Order: sequence, then C-alpha cells, then structure tokens
Amino acid sequence: MSVLVNKNSKIIVQGFTGTEGTFHAQQMIEYGTNVVGGVTPGKGGSTHLDRPVFNTVEDAVKKAGADVSIIFVPPAFAADAIQEAADAGIKVIICITEGIPVMDMIATKKYVKSKGVTLIGPNCPGVMTPGGAKVGIMPAFIFKPGRIGIVSKSGTLTYEAVDQITKAGLGQSTAIGIGGDPIIGTSTKEAVEMLMNDPETDGIIMIGEIGGGMEAEAARWIKEHGTKPVVGFIAGQTAPKGRRMGHAGAIVGGADDTAAAKMKIMEECGIFVVQSPADLGETMVKALKK
Amino acid sequence: MNIHEYQGKEILKKYNVKIGEGIYADTPEGAVEAAKKLSETTGTKVWIVKAQIHAGGRGKGKVIGTEVRGVMVAKTLDEVREKSKALLGGTLVTIQTGEQGKVVNKLLIAADVYYPGETQPKELYVSILLDRGTGQNVIIASTEGGMDIEEVAHSTPEKITKEFIDPLIGFQGFQARKIAFGLGLTGPAFKDFVVFITNLYKAYIGADASMIEINPVLKTSDGQILAVDAKISLDDNALYRHPDLAAYRDITEEDPLEVEAGENNLNYVKLDGNVGCMVNGAGLAMATMDVIKLSGGEPANFLDVGGGANAKTVEAGFRIILKDPNVKAILINIFGGIVRCDRVANGVVEAYKAIGDIKVPIIVRLQGTNAEEGAKIINESGLKVSSAVLLKDAAALVKKVIG
Repeated sequence: MSVLVNKNSKIIVQGFTGTEGTFHAQQMIEYGTNVVGGVTPGKGGSTHLDRPVFNTVEDAVKKAGADVSIIFVPPAFAADAIQEAADAGIKVIICITEGIPVMDMIATKKYVKSKGVTLIGPNCPGVMTPGGAKVGIMPAFIFKPGRIGIVSKSGTLTYEAVDQITKAGLGQSTAIGIGGDPIIGTSTKEAVEMLMNDPETDGIIMIGEIGGGMEAEAARWIKEHGTKPVVGFIAGQTAPKGRRMGHAGAIVGGADDTAAAKMKIMEECGIFVVQSPADLGETMVKALKK
Repeated sequence: MNIHEYQGKEILKKYNVKIGEGIYADTPEGAVEAAKKLSETTGTKVWIVKAQIHAGGRGKGKVIGTEVRGVMVAKTLDEVREKSKALLGGTLVTIQTGEQGKVVNKLLIAADVYYPGETQPKELYVSILLDRGTGQNVIIASTEGGMDIEEVAHSTPEKITKEFIDPLIGFQGFQARKIAFGLGLTGPAFKDFVVFITNLYKAYIGADASMIEINPVLKTSDGQILAVDAKISLDDNALYRHPDLAAYRDITEEDPLEVEAGENNLNYVKLDGNVGCMVNGAGLAMATMDVIKLSGGEPANFLDVGGGANAKTVEAGFRIILKDPNVKAILINIFGGIVRCDRVANGVVEAYKAIGDIKVPIIVRLQGTNAEEGAKIINESGLKVSSAVLLKDAAALVKKVIG
C-alpha cells in the first residue's frame, strides 16, 4: 500500500501559482497525482491548472478535503506555511523549500510534532509512490512500481538510487526524500520505520550523508527491529572536517558524524553498506536473495 | 557565515553582554590611537594586541618565519606599535588555519582584564549552538575556560554543564541559575553571570546565530563576568533579515575561487586533490567525490551547479576548476531530471569551445532525461571528451585517465 502518499491522497500545493509551484504542480497532475487544489493568499476563488485556488489551507481542507500538502513557498515564508498547514489539520506536509532559517525550523518542528503531523523536509525532493502519487520534484520516468523503499537526504542521489533499482528489474514502493537541512521533520529512523512496517516493501535503501547522528540512530533501530534487508550508503567520505558541503546540514563537526563512522555503525548493525554509490542496485538484488 | 572577534563583540555589546573593551585597528598608528583611547575610557595601562582572522588558536599561533604570536601583551604604547607592525601583513599559522596560514589585515586592541585584585581571575567556557539530535538550542558551560572544549568533554565530562532550551518557552531564569551554580559561582559573580548568560542567549537568537562560543568567559579579580573572546557564526539562511550583520562578511577571509563561484551561483569548495568535478545536487556531488577517491584519484573540489546546468553555469564551473593547477582531469556528473541531458551536453560542448584550449581530459557522465542523446552529442563533438551513462562506467574512465 506504500507509505505517506498514494492515489487516494488529496493533495494541495502551497505556493500554487508561483513559478516553481506551477511547474511542479503541472508535472504532478500529468503523472496522475490527485491534486485537489492549491493555496495562494489573495488569489482564493480563482482557478489555476484547472484546480481551485484557496486563500488559506483551512479553506482547502474544508472545501476540498485536503489531507496532504506540498510547499513551494519562498524560504522567508515557508515556516509560516508549514505551521498553517499543521494548524488546519493537514496530516502529511512535504516542504520542498531550501534555505529556511534554522531558528524558524526549531520552533516549527516542535509545533508540528505537538499536532501529531508528519513533516517531510524541508530542503527535500519530496515523496514518490510510483503508480500512485508524485508529491515532489522527482523526475517521474525513472520510477517503476515495485517493492523497494528508498530513504534519502539528497535529491539527485535519490534519483541515482531509483534509477539503479529500476534498471536492476526491481521497482519502488515509496521513495522518501527527507531533506538535507540540520532540522528536518522526519528523521532517517522514522522514515525507515514507516517502510519497515509497510507490507508492500521488501527491501530498503537508506542514503545518508556527513553531519548529524540520524543514520546511526536508524542503524541501531534496524538492528533491534529490522525484518527486511537494508542497503546503505553515506555520501561525503572524502569531505574535509568543518566545511559545509552544499546542504546546510552536511558538515563534519566531530568524530561521530563522519561518513566512515556512520558506515561502520551501519555495518555493525547488519546493513549492507556500499562504498560506491554505483553499487546500490546490484547490492539490493543480492541482499534480497540472502 | 563566520565573522571576526571584533564584530562578534559589537553584536554582544548591542545585547548588553559585558565584554572586555577593545577597539579595531588596521595600522600600527591606528593601534596606538586605539590604545590611548582605551586608557582614557577604561584606565588600562596594559593592552592586548589581537590578530583578527577567521580561525582559532591565535594565542599559540605564530607569524611565518618569526616568533610573533597572534595574541600579545603590550605594556607601553611603543610596544603596541611594534607588535601591531609585526602582525599586520604577516601570515599567521594556527592549528586551525592549515600550513598556508592566513594574512593578518585587521587587529583588535583590547584592554587588559586580568588585572590583580581581591581574588584570582578565573577563566570559564560558554557556548550556544544547535543540538541536531534534539532539534533544540543548547548552552554548554564549563569551568575549564581557555581549553579546547572537545578535549574537556572527552577527558573530564563531569566538568561540563548542558542546558537545552525549549523553543516554545525560551531560555528561563532557573536555567541561568543552574548553569551559574554548575560553574561554582557565588556572590556578585553569580548574579553577574545570570545576567551575562541571559543576554548572551538573547544575542544568539536576535542575531540568528548558528553558534556563539565565548572562550574564555572571565571572572575578573573583582568578581565581574565578561567575554574576553567571541567566536560567532551566523545562519546564512537568515542573513536576509539582518542586512547590518550581512555587511560583516569579509571576503578576504574566503578562498578567491569560492567567492567567484558564489558570484556565479555555484556552490564550490576547494579541496586538495587532482580530479575536479562538477555535479548537480549536493548529495550526488559528495558521492561523486567518493567515486573519484575509489577510482584512485583525489577530489580537487566540491561543486554543485544546482538545478540549472546550462552552457553558462558549466563554463563558469570549468573556468573555476581549471584555475586550480593540481587538476589533472575533470568529471562532470549530471543526473538529468528536470534538466535534459542533451541540453547539458550542448552546454558542455559550447563551454568547452568558449574556453578553447583545455589541456586536461574531461569525462562527462549524463544520466536521466535524454541521456543517450546527450552521450551522442558529446561523442560526435570531436572534442577531447569521453562520455558515460552509468556511474560505474564513469568511475572506470576516471581510473583510466589518471592511471
């Protein structure tokens, strides 16, 4: 049944009429995703991409029954948009926006947790359930419906994994881009747990990067509760200490958040760790046979 | 964004955090004037000449080829002049600068705060930063001021107090008292510290800092608490709402190639290896660096061209990578999602021709939308460029060219 989003999800787009929002909403609709409308304050009552535009998320929930929101709002207003969605009763919020101030996210994360809402991102490529719903900016044509779940902090590296899985003759149940910021709504462990509990997922690819302790936390959880093979990779084995590698969260602070340290813990916890990202697909094929 | 000590102290002062007074100078004469003025306002007869560079360990660091330290005590105005002269224009090497060091262009002349009195001055440590694990800000304090905090955390963890701040209620008085008690403070110093830490947290929030480290915080011989040093990093994502702080940027502290890349909207980090790379997406860029290493090379850089890989960005990327004389080959790795590979391929060909004479071999790996068409354009261009579709094949090509 996949996780987070499927063909029955009623999805709204916050920042619907902006350039990014328009472009990606169009692609989502073309894929067959159930986009029920969008929100742009001040443009309520109009129509965009043949879908209704609402002034507030609350209106979108009341009038269109929205239960999932994807956010393309500029960074200065994105935390507010997340809070609005959580307040309106949206249960799954996916925030694509990159560049939200950390202070804003600290309070926002606490708030959405208190509401029992699942926030994916920010600074992420979104969530994709092939054949069901594309709620993000991923290129749809590389996906194929299947039974491998993917969790990743990065965009194009997720595509790399998806592509290899498709070419290996497998396919994806759901791919979750959790985001590359220091504060993100859903941790690696939480995303892995969703896929581990999903009856339609047989194996999981977990892609992390330098910085933070999320992959180690996920690895320890997998050791305790894992029931499916997990193939893992950590990007940034060659990244120097103290330098930010593109993503706001990708920075080595201490000895525990290097790629080597994370890969070691993952291996100790029974994850099939690949040294090269080129080996993700093949390794999953082998892991499934074991 | 990192800022200088003197700039950090300006922020602290704005939030009523007590600091050791000091005045900025960038010439020896300016330093003498600063010292005179400090004497008038604080009564000090001793001054500290402090090099202003974006790196720690200045006190133990030395200017290349001399015994001149990055932080020095001056007891006369002549000494202020001499020591400032010795520092300015020199290249200071500390444990954080790397062997190449950093050129000193700016100084802070500070009043001496270690004056004798009723008690011995005592150095403490305080920092505020984001704890990623809990998603909250945390204040870290220690009685071991002046020491490397990672070292203290490792060898004597009991000497460290941590206080997490709930974003919904903010930093509270009981937390300030807990930290002050944890540092063993009593009497006026206790009260002074509670005010100090409360205002320091206000500065952290107000400036949208990602880290404030005060090492040392000094309890003076007459029981005052003040910041002797100030290391502050600001959240780049929040600079838009602090134009005054954004103006603190000092590009002379940055790598010139990184500055140039930033002007072209490229995210570039210079490294020491021999294989340059150009990639779309930060995660894939890091992974590509790893592939280079596994193929027997060393990455010369991190370079994320972002979502719009076109002729202009590719050309800017080429020019920046080629300015690094260590580069022996370049790997371009683009996963075309929204961006089409045939367009990227045309961009690579155009950029290559625009630059003209590129001496190093180039490997282009295009995958995703129209990957085959992209490879065809590269292969038929007649340029010294090899192409690959699979990441594995790109790795093999890297191995071959640096063999």
